[in-house]
Amino acid sequence: MKQFIKLAWRNLWRNRRRTLLTLASVFMAVVLSIAIRSLQLGVYANMIGNSVRFSTGYLQIHAKGYWEDQTINNAFLANAGLDSLLVQDPDIALSVPRLESFALASSGQHTKGIAVSGIDPAKEDAMNGLAGKLIQGQYFESGSDQGVLMGDMLARYLQLEMGDTLVLLGQGYHGATAAGQFRVRGIFHFPIEQINGSIVYLALPDAQALFGAPDMLSSMSLMPRGSAFAENTRRQLESSLGDTWEVLPWQTMNKSLVQEIQGDNAGGIIMLGILYVVVAFGVFSTVLMMAMERKKEFAVMVAIGMKRWKLALIVLLETFFIGVLGVVLGGVLIYPLLYQLHEHPIKLTGTVAETYHQMGMEPIMPASLDPQIIITQGLTVLLIAFLSATYPIWYIQRFSVPETIKS
Amino acid sequence: MSVIQVNQLTKTYNETMVPVTALDHVNLSFARGEFTAIVGPSGCGKTTLLNMLGGLDKPSAGHVMIEGQDIAVMEGGALVDFRLHNIGFIFQSYNLIPVLTVKENVEFIMDLQNKPRAESDARVSYLLDAMGIADKINLRPKYLSGGQQQRVAVARALASKPKFILADEPTANLDSKSTETLLELMANLNEKEQVTFIFSTHDQRVIDKAHRIIVLEDGRVISDTAQTKSA
Ligand SMILES: Nc1ncnc2c1ncn2[C@@H]1O[C@H](COP(=O)(O)OP(=O)(O)O)[C@@H](O)[C@H]1O
Ligand SMILES: [Mg+2]
Repeated sequence: MKQFIKLAWRNLWRNRRRTLLTLASVFMAVVLSIAIRSLQLGVYANMIGNSVRFSTGYLQIHAKGYWEDQTINNAFLANAGLDSLLVQDPDIALSVPRLESFALASSGQHTKGIAVSGIDPAKEDAMNGLAGKLIQGQYFESGSDQGVLMGDMLARYLQLEMGDTLVLLGQGYHGATAAGQFRVRGIFHFPIEQINGSIVYLALPDAQALFGAPDMLSSMSLMPRGSAFAENTRRQLESSLGDTWEVLPWQTMNKSLVQEIQGDNAGGIIMLGILYVVVAFGVFSTVLMMAMERKKEFAVMVAIGMKRWKLALIVLLETFFIGVLGVVLGGVLIYPLLYQLHEHPIKLTGTVAETYHQMGMEPIMPASLDPQIIITQGLTVLLIAFLSATYPIWYIQRFSVPETIKS
Repeated sequence: MSVIQVNQLTKTYNETMVPVTALDHVNLSFARGEFTAIVGPSGCGKTTLLNMLGGLDKPSAGHVMIEGQDIAVMEGGALVDFRLHNIGFIFQSYNLIPVLTVKENVEFIMDLQNKPRAESDARVSYLLDAMGIADKINLRPKYLSGGQQQRVAVARALASKPKFILADEPTANLDSKSTETLLELMANLNEKEQVTFIFSTHDQRVIDKAHRIIVLEDGRVISDTAQTKSA
């Protein structure tokens, strides 16, 4: 083996310039593919994070059937058993209770159908920084009789200002009428425009009173300790809660986001595919030339007693060296850059930033540091290198020794 | 006792429009320690014969028995292994491995045979000494003259003490001075190691050094004579 490694290594440097160029192309491919992937997945994670923070969380617990039929009648009674189960789960960083339903919001002159979300002020703020989104007034304190928080867009539409009264009218638990008056306590502005025009927040006890559903919740949103929940965590949770509950992942509850990401991801993968094809041609042609200009040498080696598979092994080692050198150099050099971009994401400006705002996202491009990315891209490039060796290896198995020596 | 026994050896190339019979029912035998020249005009079948003797190509008919084993029926890896352990090759254009030093080239076959390092080291220095190129031991082939490279090739062929050595026009690329030196060194080692040398040539000075001369014409042996050593 030592003999083969020595031969392969020296063969690699017979044409120093060509090898360096090939290495450079592998290196570039690794760097680009990792960078593209890391930014892409980083942006998705950011999108998902932003989106679920203001909606369902990464996982949401409901009474079974709630997601299919989102009425207040499918609410459940808050209970200590559930709370302690969630607190004890090491994967869960935060569990946020809500009582959500719909109502007509009226200021007298104007009326609009909106979502009403009864929240635990501290937990909600921990989940999505709601308090920080207020542009006027005060965030909730604990207790009841807290008034209402509404978006600036809704306030404009209803022509309401701080201290004015908002009337909410709807259906309460099991057909009771839900009606109440709430002082405008604060006005918020979210990056997500829909929220600004279509939701009001009440303190949880106020919402429970409004809907005639004391101590009841419609959902418990869960945030992970890591960057996401494993599917296994969800399944375990579901099985320990029992079959009167459902634990849904954000992917089930936000299908449009899933589709959007899938669509964009497909584009990214096509781009990577093109990159790979370009690199594959580079590596392939180098490996091919390295082999074909040594035909006679191959024939001599086989003549004097080297088995063909050993020759093939040498060619494979040469390819392996090119692949591994490129991948390792690329991986090692790109990592600090990615780390930098992870810690200090690229800030987007102009129309792109505008679009991000409209989609309710922070206009940044954070890089993902998921080691899976480096591993996958590295292995793909290595695989390409090995595939490039298939033709020379096939040739080595077949060439005629006397013909080739004569040539 | 003969090292090689060739019976009714025939080779017809069929790839061409008109099939060419390059060897036509050749019968020969070679004894241990022979120093034999195969001569004849270009196209008479010298290379074809050497390829058959070396197991590099398959006969169309007949047998090549090497110490009782018919290599005409051996295949693939077994045949490569047989060559590795029994036959040394010298080529017209030296064909050393360019990325290996002189020492590594001579060691190459012994490494493939997994010979202990001490043994192959000793063999390499002995052979390079005998070939008069001990001072080139760590150079790559491209820094050597053609004559020197061919001497390395002879050392490589001899390194693992094969049963016989085949050399297809080993001096065709060499000037007369180098040819003479090479032939002397080959004859010298032939005597010392009692290894059989079979070489093809059409160079009269090389023919003069041979102990036995086999003349081929159109794939047939037309004469096979012994020649007493010239002084
Ligand atoms: N691969 C081949 N295909 C067809 N004909 C061949 C091939 N190799 C050799 N020949 C023919 O066989 C004959 C003998 O060739 P060769 O053994 O090379 O002769 P020499 O080595 O004596 O010059 C020649 O007529 C040559 O043209
Ligand atoms: Mg010839």
